[in-house]
Parts: sequence; C-alpha cells; structure tokens
Amino acid sequence: MGQHTFILNGSTVTVNVDDDVRLLWVLRDVLGITGPKYGCGINVCKACTSHINGKAFNPCSVQVKDIGPTDQVTTIEGLPATVGAELHPMQEAWLENDVAQCGYCQPGQIMAAVAKVNQVHAAGRELTDADLDEIRNICRCGTYSRIRTAIRAGAEAM
Amino acid sequence: MTDLESRPPFARANLRRRTFVGYLLGGATLAVAADLSLGNPAYAAVPSLPQIPELYDLGDLQTDAARPTANLIRIVINTDGTASFELPRMEVGQGITTSTAMIIAEELDLPVDKVHVSLAPARPELMFNQLTGGSNTTVSTYTPIRVAAAIARNALLGAAAIELGSIVALLTSKEGVITGPTGASVSYADLATKAASPTTQAVSVTLAPRSSFTVIGTPQNRVDALAAVTGRKTFTLDLEIPGALPTMVCRPPTLNGSPRSISNRAQVLAMPGVTHVEAVDTGVAVRAATFGQCIDAVRALVVVWNPGSVEGESDATVLAKLRAAEIPLAVPPIPLLAQTVEAEFTFMFRSSAALEPNCAVADVRADHATVWAGLKAPIVAQTEIAAAVGLPVEKVTVNVVTGGGSFGHKLFNDAAVEAAKISQKMGVPVKLMWHRADEPRQGRVHPMATSRIRATVLLGQVLTFEQRHTSVSTDFGHGLGEMISHNLDKLPTGLGNLGFAETIFTLTQELPYDFGVVTQLLNECDMRFNTGSMRNIYSPDVACANELMVDRLAALTGQDPVAFRLAFLKNSRVKDVLRKVAAVGQWGRSMPAGMAQGVAVHSEYKGATAVLVEIDCRPATVNRPIVNGVTGPRVTKAVIAVDAGLVINPRGLEAQMMGGVSDGIALALTSSLHLRDGHFLEASWDNYFYTREWNAPLDFQCIVMPSTSEQPGGAGEAGVAASVSAVACAYARATGTMPTRFPINHDQLSFTVKPFVPPIPESPTDGLSHTF
Ligand code: FES
Ligand code: FES
Repeated sequence: MGQHTFILNGSTVTVNVDDDVRLLWVLRDVLGITGPKYGCGINVCKACTSHINGKAFNPCSVQVKDIGPTDQVTTIEGLPATVGAELHPMQEAWLENDVAQCGYCQPGQIMAAVAKVNQVHAAGRELTDADLDEIRNICRCGTYSRIRTAIRAGAEAM
Repeated sequence: MTDLESRPPFARANLRRRTFVGYLLGGATLAVAADLSLGNPAYAAVPSLPQIPELYDLGDLQTDAARPTANLIRIVINTDGTASFELPRMEVGQGITTSTAMIIAEELDLPVDKVHVSLAPARPELMFNQLTGGSNTTVSTYTPIRVAAAIARNALLGAAAIELGSIVALLTSKEGVITGPTGASVSYADLATKAASPTTQAVSVTLAPRSSFTVIGTPQNRVDALAAVTGRKTFTLDLEIPGALPTMVCRPPTLNGSPRSISNRAQVLAMPGVTHVEAVDTGVAVRAATFGQCIDAVRALVVVWNPGSVEGESDATVLAKLRAAEIPLAVPPIPLLAQTVEAEFTFMFRSSAALEPNCAVADVRADHATVWAGLKAPIVAQTEIAAAVGLPVEKVTVNVVTGGGSFGHKLFNDAAVEAAKISQKMGVPVKLMWHRADEPRQGRVHPMATSRIRATVLLGQVLTFEQRHTSVSTDFGHGLGEMISHNLDKLPTGLGNLGFAETIFTLTQELPYDFGVVTQLLNECDMRFNTGSMRNIYSPDVACANELMVDRLAALTGQDPVAFRLAFLKNSRVKDVLRKVAAVGQWGRSMPAGMAQGVAVHSEYKGATAVLVEIDCRPATVNRPIVNGVTGPRVTKAVIAVDAGLVINPRGLEAQMMGGVSDGIALALTSSLHLRDGHFLEASWDNYFYTREWNAPLDFQCIVMPSTSEQPGGAGEAGVAASVSAVACAYARATGTMPTRFPINHDQLSFTVKPFVPPIPESPTDGLSHTF
C-alpha cells in the first residue's frame, strides 16, 4: 500500500492504494469519479480519456505511482472549471448538436476533442479531416458524423 | 389502486372518434393510468398474394402480445408541477425517454423538461409487454401514453375550473399553466392535489388531433444530453451499492468451457485487494477492492478447464454445416429462353457487444435478491435469476438501469444471472464487469449465415426470385419466443406450424419488389454458439444479398440501378425515399475510377429507408496508414432518407439513422469475428473493427420524409439494412466485382491474436507516453 498525492480537478487528493493500480480504478473505485468510463482497459477504446497537465491520456494505462504530487489530472467532471464556466465550449457544442446517444463514450470523446483542438491550435493550424480521423475513440452507437460537426463547432468557440 | 383488478371490461378504442378509456387513480395527488394494451389500430386480414410483413409484421405480433394482459401505465402530476412516468421499456441510447417525454408533454401541455421519464423495474404482471426490441417501443406505447396524459390534462382542467370559478370550455392550458377568461391563472403545481381523485374511476377521453401538435414532430435534444456530456449520466458500473465490490470472471480458453478445478486459489486470495475467489459454471469469479486488482487476480489464476461447446471448430467447418443445411432451391417451371442468375453470399460471425461491457450489480441474500442491470427483458431476467439462485420470483427485485448501448445484447440477461450466481456463492454483494476481451470471445454473437438467391429473367421482366437463408441458430430465449408461442392463434394462417426462428423470419422479411414468384425461406442449424440479434434480426444480411442481386438483375437487363428499382418496387413510400436519395445524393454524377456510388432500399417496421453512398476504393485510400487500425475502402458520403410514419422526434430519428449507417459500413467492410480451434480470436476494439472515425463518412445527410400517417413506425434498427446493402453495392460498382462474403476484409487477419491463457490482457503501463 502506498500513499499517492496528485491534483484532481483542481484539488489535491491523497489515496492509499498499491503502486501498480491503474489510475482509472483509483478514480472510479477509490475516489468515486465515474465520468471516465471503462471500455477496454488496454488503451484502445479511449472511453476513459482524461487530461494530464492539459494533455489527453488514458488512465487505464497509467500506474498511480507514475503520477506525481504536482500533476494535474482533469476528468470530464473538472473540464468546465478549466475555462471557468458552467460548461466547456466543447460540451456546449455537444449539446448544440445533440451528439450523445447512449452517452457511454461521450465523456472520453469530449476530453479527446478538447485535447485534439488544443494540439492543432498550438501548431497554429486549422482543424482538418485528417486531424479528426486521428481520433481513436470508439462510439459503438455510431455518432461519428455528429462528433465531427461538434468538434468543428467547439473549436471555433475555444 | 386495489380496485383496479375488479374493474369492468371496457369497450375497445373507437379509432374513428379517437375516444379512449383510461383511469383516474385514487390518491393524494393527481395520478392517471391507461392500459398499455390500447396498442395499435387493427391490421387488415391477410389476402394471399402480398407478403406477410406488409400486413402483419413482427411489430404487430409484439403489439398483439400486449392485448390480453391488463397493463396499466401511470402518469403522476407532482406538486412541483412536473409529471412523472415510469416507462416499461429500456433506454439504451435509442432516445425513447426523450420521445416519451415529448408525447406526454404534447397531450399535457407541459414543457418537455418538466416531464420526468424513468425506467420501470421488472413488472411481472406486464407479462410480454416489457420487452424492448424490434424497434417497437413507440409503436406500442404511443396511444396508451397519450390517453393517460390526456386524462390528466382533463382532470387538471376540471380542478382549474373550480379554482378559477369558470367552466372547462373557457379555459386554456399552456406550459403547465391554466388560464381562465379573465386572465386569472393557476399552475399544475397548485392543481396536483386538488385534481386528485379520491377513488379510482374509469373515464373516457378524446385525443388531440395531429393537426394541433406543437411538440410531436419537432426536433428535440435528448433529455439526458446534459448528464451525458458532463459525465453525470449513471450507468450500472457507476452505481454505488453498499458492499458491491468489483468482481470479474476468469473465463475458459475455448467457447463455453467450464472450470474443473482451481490450482492456486489460496495464492490468489492472498493477492492485494482480493476478497473472494469462487468457481461458477462460466468461470472463476474474483472480487476485489478495485477492478484493477480483479484483472491482476484473473490473470494470476491457474484453472483446469473442461472443454467448450465447439472444440476444434473454425469458420470453415461451421460454414460447411450451413451449406449442408440449406433448403434446396426449387425454381418453378419457366419459359425455355429465360436467363437464370444465381449467387451465394456468406455473412461471418459478428460481435454485438456495446461499448459498455456486460455488467450487473447483484445482492443475493438467503431470502431475497436484488439486481441492477441494463435489461431489455427484465421480466425474463427476473424469472431466470430466481431459477438460478433458487428463490421464488417475487423475492427477486430487478432494477432496470439505462444501458451504454445494446444492439440486441441487452435482450439477454447473461451478466445479471451470472452476477446473481456469484453473489450467492460468495455471500456478498458484487459489481460484476466483463473484460473487453470476454465480450467477443464468450459473449453474444450475431450468427454466421448464408443466403443463396436464384432469379430468372425474360425480356426485361423478373419472373422468379428465390432466396434460401441459412443461419447458425439465433437465440430468441429473451421472451420473443414465449411471446410467439402464446400468440400462435393470432398469426396469419399457416404460420402456426413454423418454429420461432422461421416465424420471425416470415414476419420480418419482405422483398419490396414485384419479381413474379417470390419465395424466401429460412433454415437454422447449430445451437452451440451464444447468439442474439445485433441491431435487427435477419434483415441486414438478407437485404444485402437481395440488393446486390437487384443490381445484377439491373445490369443484366441493361438498366440503371435506380431506374430498375423504381420500375419494380411495389410500394410508393419506398419509391419516394429512393427518389429522394437519388436527388439529394446526385445519383449518376461522374466519379473517378476506383470510386462509385451505390444505392439500396429497405422496407420494414412499417416504414421505408433508402441509402445512397459514395465509396473510395482507390489504393491510396485503401492503404492509408492508421496504426493498429483497419482502413480499407472509405465511404466518403452517405445520404439516407427515412419514412418512419408519424415521427415523434426527427432529431432522434436522424441520430438512429446515423448509427445505422455506421453499423452498415462496419458490416459491409470491416467487422467480423474469426473462429479458429474452438474459440473466437478477437479480444479488443483494435481486433474487432467496428467503424472508427477514420472510416466514418466525411459527408452524412439524413432526410426525414414528411408523413401523413397517424401511427409512428420503428426507428432503432431501421437504418442498418439499406446501409450495409448500399455500401456493398457501391463496392461492387467501384471494383467491378460483386462481393459475396461479408465483411469484405474477413480474409485478412489484421492483428496479433492475444493469448487465451490468461484470458484477458494486462493493462499497459505506458499511458503517459501516448498523450496528446
Ligand atoms: S478503458 Fe481506457 S482506453 Fe479503453
Ligand atoms: S454514444 Fe453510445 S457509445 Fe457513443
């Protein structure tokens, strides 16, 4: 059992859990943060996508011991606060386009979309179809077309 | 409400006057009810020539199944002015909670966001009428829900008349407020208790005419959209049930194997976090503080296994069995000069897994069991759980949780029953989750099938069209089977003697063309697989085979595929959707070599769909590099037109069509399971290739056709069949070769097969080197 401290959605948290437990289970089973979903546990489906220090990552594939006390972990629950609003513009775009069907993949889709747009903007580019094709998140309900539309709209507002 | 049992029989709905009978329920606040069996308008008698589904289809059977049982559904007006309704169906993403809220809002004159729709737990008295399937929810609940809502509105008006010192005829209701002639008003919140009825009584009501609708037919966003995008939407695995710790199962290396003995139980029990290790019939269950520790424990278990149900079998051996089981074609006598066209199509096994894996929470005690799960047939689940744990049915509570997708998967109770057995064996509550790898390897699959078609043509006319569909046995053990056996006498003549599968085939398959003598027959064999129907039962495969053949027949007679279809289609609604996609999708526009358009139609669920796609099969596209991803041909554009009768929520319907197109692309091009040596090889979303962003159409358009129908049709599955067919037809035209096996890339195994022992892969640790 190790003690692990990191910053989760703006607040410092400390958990007592074995070093090798993947962060997804620390979030979901220990801390009760259920926005990030399990869809594979092997960094394929991307349903658990969250942010570490502002970049997209998949907590199902990171051991809790690899997260340090200054690391900022943001889940979908903490996304609006990163822009100091009720909802992040990407979430607004999702609502506007009524993207979600069952909704299971959508927290991960939104977190991936925000990171993708940030990445493209940081490179000083506009979003292209090729950028959108790089998003690996599965949506088994098949909402891909609305996701594309929503990301474009969200990018405009970001 | 106890006197409901003894209420007098009431007259059936008189559809012409649209007057229905429902109930004011005795109680402290206004509560109303209607009989769920108010159902559909009657269907026509069956003349001999048209095919059966045109007159009496699976939806009619489901609706009829409801008639003999008295099934009350209740709407309650709350003292905060909102309305509550428990829907005896399951929301899995198809949008029925939203469309139901809209229907209630319409009749009640309430804003949609003031209607709370939740999912009813298992209600055994509903018998067959708590099954979510066959895209039948709105079809079967539309009228009863409206009746209940209209009765509530009348009661509110009656109470308001007293409050406002006026008469009902002078009152208007809008957005939950009733206003009298003087401008004085009173809200539903104020009326909720005043309108309550001291006793339960039957009352009649007239429904609003379609011309007055202001909510139904307008695009509405999903009622749970905000919860979904904020991560607050709660799924089964998000529930916090006291003591229900994470639990997973170490599963056998071959399909349906079972554990014989555990070699290292004590060692695994001593692992960090692990609380219990117990064998059940499906494998060895472990319970731990976190799912991560369950994964480690499952991987550490050493188990001796009994053989599975298909030891040594492979795609090829199953296919050989299907071929041997095919019902022979028997072409009737035809003129000597007629040309014969024949083809056989093969559809490989497919996984119907949703993104949310199979999961359930179970708390089984000595005298009572409670289960929480996403269940489309909760009454069947309740019965099966009771049998599995040896409790009387009434001692089992089954709570229905919104599901993370279903695609036919959640018609079955596999996880709920398994969780109950594990909880009983361990003596503690459990939160059971299947690993992703368990889903394709041990979970429900859509059966492998073949479809042989022979058609004859003379002088531009199609004289005969025969189809023999042969499938690995489809499991209908989720209630549809029972529904049929209880309703045999209601089926059109001649169907009573068929088995369940053949009955369902006959009730759903409809060749929409005038092709002379048409016969479509099904045979099923081989019961050893865990099957189910993935977003539509037989139609996607059958339609794909048919539509490829239709393109062949068009070519043979020298006609354009759209013109040929329009010449032979029987139904004007089908023709209209076809004309629509041809116009919007610019059918016939010129395309570079290696690209082509394809078009297809489908008719089912009292509706019609047509799809036009453009596909890019040029090498630069087919071989575009995506790490660990299947690329292949890309559908660059998809246009779908749907006539679904009276549409409650066009926005939701469009979403269902979008999903149908994504499914169709996967079925035609990329998604299948490979059976080798008694097990399926796939264990990940990077093995089983459902459509991904890089294979999604760049341009998607959906046209919802205007309809004058008074009756809603089905939506959830309606988009798949024409989509897979259109993609297949486009591929044939782009490459010059008609594909005969689906998906077209089944030959290439584009991944490294993960080990079978241990049955699940280790979670990676390098996530921080894959950030972006
Ligand atoms: S659960 Fe993390 S990527 Fe699938
Ligand atoms: S909305 Fe259901 S998986 Fe994406």
